[in-house]
Amino acid sequence: MNETHHLRRMTIAWVIVSVVADVLFWFFVGPHVPPGRMTDMATSNQFDFNILFVIALPVLIGVWIYLGYTIVVWSAKRGGPEPVGGEAARTNRTAQVAWITITSVVVLFLAGFGTVELVVNHGSGGGEGPNPVWSPAGATKAEAAALAGTATWSPNSGQVLPVQVIAQQWKFTYRYPTFGGFESPQLVLPTNTSIVFNVTSLDVTHSFWAYQLGVKADANPLINDVAYAATTQQGQFVVRCSELCGIWHGAMYNYGRVVSQQSFMTWAQQAQAANAANTKLLPAFAWTYTPDANGAAGGYYPDGKVTPYSPAEIYGAKQPAS
Amino acid sequence: MSTVHERPHDVALAASSTERPPLTQRPGLLSQHVGTAILAAIVGYAIGHWLGNTISGHYPYIANSGQNAIADTLGLMFGVLGWLLGIGALNYPLAKLTGRQPNSEVEIQGWSKYFRYSTNHKTVGLQYVVGVLLFMFTGGLLAMAIRTELLSPTTHVFSPDTYIKIVSEHGTVMMMMATSIVVGPLGNYLVPLMIGSRRMAFPRIEAFSFWIFVAGYMVIFSALPFGGFPTGWTGYAPLQTQSGPGMVSYLFGFAVIGLGMMAAGFNIAVTIINYRAPGMTWSRVPIFVWSILATAALLTLATPTLFAAGVFGLLDRTVQTAFYVTEHGGSSYLWENLFWFFGHPEVYIMALPGFGIAGEILPVFTRKPLFAYKVGAAGMIGVSLLSFFVWQHHLFQSGINPDMRPLFMLTTELISIPTGFIYLVGMGTLYRAKIRFDLPMLFVMALYFNFLIGGVTGVFLSDVPVNVTVHGGFFVLAHFHYTIMGGLLFAFMAGLYYWLPKMTGRMMNRRIGMWHFWTMFIFFNLTFFPMFIIGLLGQPRRVFTYAKNLQGLNDFSSISAFILGFSFLIFFFNLVWSLYINPVKAPANPWDSLGLEWQTATPVPAHNFDRIPVVLADPYHYSEENAPAVADLGPTSPPDEPSLSGVPV
Repeated sequence: MNETHHLRRMTIAWVIVSVVADVLFWFFVGPHVPPGRMTDMATSNQFDFNILFVIALPVLIGVWIYLGYTIVVWSAKRGGPEPVGGEAARTNRTAQVAWITITSVVVLFLAGFGTVELVVNHGSGGGEGPNPVWSPAGATKAEAAALAGTATWSPNSGQVLPVQVIAQQWKFTYRYPTFGGFESPQLVLPTNTSIVFNVTSLDVTHSFWAYQLGVKADANPLINDVAYAATTQQGQFVVRCSELCGIWHGAMYNYGRVVSQQSFMTWAQQAQAANAANTKLLPAFAWTYTPDANGAAGGYYPDGKVTPYSPAEIYGAKQPAS
Repeated sequence: MSTVHERPHDVALAASSTERPPLTQRPGLLSQHVGTAILAAIVGYAIGHWLGNTISGHYPYIANSGQNAIADTLGLMFGVLGWLLGIGALNYPLAKLTGRQPNSEVEIQGWSKYFRYSTNHKTVGLQYVVGVLLFMFTGGLLAMAIRTELLSPTTHVFSPDTYIKIVSEHGTVMMMMATSIVVGPLGNYLVPLMIGSRRMAFPRIEAFSFWIFVAGYMVIFSALPFGGFPTGWTGYAPLQTQSGPGMVSYLFGFAVIGLGMMAAGFNIAVTIINYRAPGMTWSRVPIFVWSILATAALLTLATPTLFAAGVFGLLDRTVQTAFYVTEHGGSSYLWENLFWFFGHPEVYIMALPGFGIAGEILPVFTRKPLFAYKVGAAGMIGVSLLSFFVWQHHLFQSGINPDMRPLFMLTTELISIPTGFIYLVGMGTLYRAKIRFDLPMLFVMALYFNFLIGGVTGVFLSDVPVNVTVHGGFFVLAHFHYTIMGGLLFAFMAGLYYWLPKMTGRMMNRRIGMWHFWTMFIFFNLTFFPMFIIGLLGQPRRVFTYAKNLQGLNDFSSISAFILGFSFLIFFFNLVWSLYINPVKAPANPWDSLGLEWQTATPVPAHNFDRIPVVLADPYHYSEENAPAVADLGPTSPPDEPSLSGVPV
């Protein structure tokens, strides 16, 4: 059998199997791929995953078919002609140039595609740190108002809702600056609303992973890690810590809900009233909070009594620009 | 090309019969060996701990804990010094420092040489074989414990505290062990043989790198009696800062192993560059040697950051600096950057030698020349260079530098191109071949299968939007097990089955080896492939509990993991069976290889070659009419010059 026949066989098999696999994946598996479609970020993350998978499948299938073909056809057990050495077996300029060109084009396309998706989707739900470079409209204004204590939100207003995520060993709590800065162990969000998550930690590094929302941002002490998502569907989602944070890391999870805007408003107002007494005892709303030397994050000072350096004391509630 | 092969003025002459033999050579218990090293390490630890408590008593690291990080650190430091003194690693430098003539280093004969400080690269290579297999075995036992715990989300075998320490110890031991798994045993043993050299450039540094590697392993395991550490192998601050005395073992262990890695990398790089035989031009250097050179560059250049990161952590704990303490003006990001600046090149420290092994084995079992040799070598160098510019993809969700994400996404994905070169080499060599599916070849085929899955899923992780879903979960865990275990470990097994006949003079049993291969290959995939799905379904890494609906997949993975663990027992049984119980003498060149390492006698003479070979061609002229000889080994010549190991040649 000449060279062309081998390549032709493999190419035909590759094209058929790849097309079938891609179509099956795109229409039957793709729509169910995590994280789902509860937010615009989740939807875009799912879309990106599916695009990558549709590109990856032909690569995997191509190599697998090639390896399978070599095992079946060119095994010494099957006899066949002796292989030919020499310069022709050492190099093939066409094959090398084609290989390098194809891999380069695919890789550059993927990098370009990923960058566009990252920018268009405002960081794609990932933590952008204290100074985000890709923000949805109105987010910066909402954050500034939250810090100033002047933030408002009402149903059908189209306003961005800031929510602070505070991680500590081993739980998440949430502050709502738009509703007096009350703190709740429940994460409730209104549907069809842009959310700004301001993620911070009181002790070690955690990671706020709102799985179905397509949001993941590390929670670092004294850092305000900002991530965005716009809710599009109602339902329950799970929040897990995805950065190892100590002994009970595995148990650091809770659940949140996306509800109608009116239901959220009702819940928020009730929670604000119910927590009013507690809210007075909380530190003033800030992007970050200095851990207590003797608290959950503390204890690592020599005598347990040293007052740590406190940016909050020096700069007030506002975190200096990093 | 002119290369230096021996430096007689720097080579210690064999001891004359009238001299008193040095400590390393004396027979029996009075000499320096691993026993004296252990004893000296214990004494050193006690002295260091006492000294620490003396100079910094009443200064506990954690309030009311009675724990003194200075004493812990000094204990380990003096313990390692004692270990090196006890094994004899410091005899030469101490003699030089004190103006005395160092004793000659003549290797004693017999099995006890493997328990001593040897400057013979073949002895060091075999010491590494046993060392890394031992470390892999202990790390593997911890993996079995992890999978046992994950059999149920609600019924727990271990407490959360114990579990997280098992996870941390498993990750740390495996990652540190894996950095040396090929470079140590096969790199040290084979590189001089493949380049036609009689020895490594710095044999004492070579021996030092092994014995300090062992010390580092013991230091990391010493964390367990100190209460372990809860940070995983990544050791992120501030959790690191918050942790107990086991963290000192982790930080100091990293620094110690880092020293060994730098020493090994430096020595190997110098050897390859300067000790090639006449005629061994860069275009004739075996592809395995290229891979080891690329790896040595990474070991030498990336490891200093690991060393510095470990030392900074120790300084934070001992003299109250604040490198990683955010509240005191430091930054936890500093650790993350230093760690991953080393950590990602480390992935290629582990992957590249595996591809080098594959590149050596493929031509032998396909009876074809290595396809696109230069592209393959360029691919290895390309991967090595690019690996320094990708580390921040581990920090995509950390909150650091969002504007740098497109760049690191690009650089990470670019590394697929040189990696693709290496696949091109493999696939081109297989084309129209006549493949013998002996054990080494089967493991190489498995490597290409497994690493493909690991590599492709790596592209998902490098894409920032997809990274949001897959980072920090079982998806990434499956990905790196596919690259490291599926790639490196399968390559290591291929290399052992291929070269052990050369190293030991014994053939490995093929039938038992087949059982080993098929159980390892099938159950490796059944263990780790479900983890991609588990990760996509939302299970984070390092958790002792998980969603109830994931129990089926976790159980499937756990049971597969137990059988995967059993496959290693088959390998160990094969090793013992083939070497000791039913040894079968290996033919001089059992695979009909053209490699230079197979052209010398088996077992390899102490001086490797009777005469420095003159290399005439690369070792891949298979199935070629009128193929040139690979090297002119010359007539067997009488001994005419000394070697460092004292064996006259």
